[in-house]
Amino acid sequence: MASPRIIVVGGGLAGLAAVIKIAEAGGTVDLFSIVPVKRSHSVCAQGGINAAKNLKGEGDTPALHFDDTIYGGDFLANQTPVKAMCEAAPAIIDLLDRMGVPFNRTPEGLLDFRRFGGTLFNRTAFAGATTGQQLLYALDEQVRRHEAAGKVKKYEGWEFLSAVLDEKGVARGITALDLRSMELRSFAADAIILATGGIGAIFGKSTNSVVCTGSAQSAIFQQGAHYANGEFIQVHPTCIPGEDKLRLMSESARGEGGRVWVPRKAGDPRPIKQIPETERWYFLEEWYPKYGNLVPRDVATRAIHKVVYEHNLGIDGQPMVYLDLTHIDRATLNRKLEGILEIYEKFVGDDPRDVPMKIFPGMHYTMGGLWVDFNQMTSIPGIFAAGECEYQYHGANRLGANSLVSCIFGGFKAGPNALAYAKSLAAPGGDGGHAAELTRQSEINAKLLKNEGSENPFKLWRELGQTMTEHATVIRYNKGLKLADEKIVELQDRFKKVNLSDRSQWANTSFAFARQLKNMLELSRVVALGALHRDESRGAHYKPDFPERNDERFLKTTKASYTAEGPSFEYEAVDTQFIKPRPRRYDATA
Amino acid sequence: MANKTVQFEIKRQASPDEPAVWESFELEWRPGMNVVSAMMEIAANPVTADGRATTPVTYDSNCLEEICGSCAMRINGKARMACSALVDNLEQPIRVEPLSKFPLVRDLQVDRSVLFENLMAVKAWVPVDGTYDLGSGPRVFPQQQEASYPLSNCISCTCCMEVCPQFNEETGFVGAATIAQVKLFNDHPTGKVFKEDRLRALAGDGGIQECGFAQNCVEVCPKGIPLTSAISDVSRDVIVQKAKDFLRG
Repeated sequence: MASPRIIVVGGGLAGLAAVIKIAEAGGTVDLFSIVPVKRSHSVCAQGGINAAKNLKGEGDTPALHFDDTIYGGDFLANQTPVKAMCEAAPAIIDLLDRMGVPFNRTPEGLLDFRRFGGTLFNRTAFAGATTGQQLLYALDEQVRRHEAAGKVKKYEGWEFLSAVLDEKGVARGITALDLRSMELRSFAADAIILATGGIGAIFGKSTNSVVCTGSAQSAIFQQGAHYANGEFIQVHPTCIPGEDKLRLMSESARGEGGRVWVPRKAGDPRPIKQIPETERWYFLEEWYPKYGNLVPRDVATRAIHKVVYEHNLGIDGQPMVYLDLTHIDRATLNRKLEGILEIYEKFVGDDPRDVPMKIFPGMHYTMGGLWVDFNQMTSIPGIFAAGECEYQYHGANRLGANSLVSCIFGGFKAGPNALAYAKSLAAPGGDGGHAAELTRQSEINAKLLKNEGSENPFKLWRELGQTMTEHATVIRYNKGLKLADEKIVELQDRFKKVNLSDRSQWANTSFAFARQLKNMLELSRVVALGALHRDESRGAHYKPDFPERNDERFLKTTKASYTAEGPSFEYEAVDTQFIKPRPRRYDATA
Repeated sequence: MANKTVQFEIKRQASPDEPAVWESFELEWRPGMNVVSAMMEIAANPVTADGRATTPVTYDSNCLEEICGSCAMRINGKARMACSALVDNLEQPIRVEPLSKFPLVRDLQVDRSVLFENLMAVKAWVPVDGTYDLGSGPRVFPQQQEASYPLSNCISCTCCMEVCPQFNEETGFVGAATIAQVKLFNDHPTGKVFKEDRLRALAGDGGIQECGFAQNCVEVCPKGIPLTSAISDVSRDVIVQKAKDFLRG
């Protein structure tokens, strides 16, 4: 039998991790990515990667990492895969170290570790404050090595459009669009791995990169894949608001001792440094004495909201609070945090070594995603998923520095599992559905290109982002979520009148964007309606009208399915066999 | 001011075969605005300053925080990242054009894949035995980490190649970014196993001898990478390698 053909879509950490495992096992891979893989969104991860290596003599163990992750995720994650991830994490760090990641070191030449949110241990390995960049480069280099050996063929500048399914609904390949020539093609494969990241773009502005639209996930959702826990969206407490995006200020700033505060007096006119300690309100330290500034992100974000909107103590009346590093010496800051300090300096103009940063929460991470089984396979046979685009590892709230490990672990599982699946796959009947899918896609393209109307896709997107940010982020009300869903349906209707101001057939970005937007709208309903139906508060999903967690009704995975009338929802029991759910109280002092 | 505006002049070219034209745009000023947010504004309202309908501008971008290396272009004549080019710090009209040393795709988008080909040619990787668990990596002292980390920050934006007088079709020069990666991997305890291969790859035509020490690279690098000192170090190693190879016959 010929060697099976595997397609990996997405060249961030999860995709590259899968590629490496397949190539190492002797398989060959076609790797598709919108951007050159070295420019994938994983580069934006800053603070570090978690693994209980216990190199600080604290008695840390993978079991404690597992418990922190499950508790931090408010018990929504299935425990079996999370446990496996935490157990694998130390060896993943070792591997990255062997690949040459320039992790920060102790004087003895060992890996240094720092603290992150939602744990009391120094469990986070880091390379300055550009850990994601350094990890992605290490995997990119290994993939280039396999590419040089002929095991990997890259299709950079190609966008995934859909899966090709045979008459039994089994995946047989993909269709993709060359973003330069606008050529539409189908590619055969025995297994497909989607590693296409988060869905930040449906919130308009977020910390995510431009390519994080969720378009690929949405496309296969519309082809029958289940989408799980869509309503769980992480809003990161510390971002720099911007015109084009919200720029992340890593949790590692607090891991290294950064403190969040506001002046106790609204509109205090004094220069910052003349405000004495006693007149600064370190509200996280006061409310959460045990974890202090390092409470999980959902907790910190809600606290900032409360200070700004209920206590009306935002700096200068604006929705902003201080993130203060100025008490830490410059050499330490430069050695451990330089990457993010430079971002603040470049985009805001102030030096955070001298002046406290002004920050506010912003949409950051997609906990939900494609439903997958414990082998990383979606509900469509032959399509696997890994990384942020799937739902498995973070429950209702992701802990900082767990994303990099989940991406690599998920990719390392998906790769070999896809290869094993592909080896046992029988040949398709006929052409496996390629001709039919190509026809369907070329009809969508032709219709979109010549569509007449007055709607600009970029303007529709702005409206979507405003609605989703207003109603479906930090604080959620059923009334608002209903409004959001009505708005999305209105936008879907207006999308029918979309008019591309560019009808050319060469590097047409409006065309590619309009296709993404259609998919974003479908997925937005999954988020808004999933949130509407979940009448409780759990992790990042917070409803003031239902402030408590309700395990009896909602200790369940939300599973959305596509129908032409909108998403339908069912609920699945959560695997809680190792750790019994307990109340999640970061304000407890014991 | 209620209606403060920003003037842009953008070089447009629909395809490599079509002529380039300049288009002017007048956009509403907004606090914190950068060149990328201006492009987004044009996409939402693609009309030139003289009221003519046009197309959204094609350009590369992704992270918008100067870490992915996508949005390199020439802004007021200088090669730089568009995301960190804040409008308030730029003289107007802000003239935006594509990098000039790479094949043009459309508008501000160019094909920079040559850098990735160069990285492959110099084996810019650590050849690990496998991804299974082989225990911890080599010990690295903080001093070594602090020397390697800046080199590892290269975002492959190619600004250093754009501004290099020697980077052109005639010389086939690999450019500073690739040479700095050679230093990074040659200094790594395991990566150095390919040191000789890498130095030989830089020994011939288009290799390190093409560098004319104009030092433009180090000035333009958005990440402040010590490119010239990396070139000096690698240059010395290449000469030593050449001598060794000569004596070995």
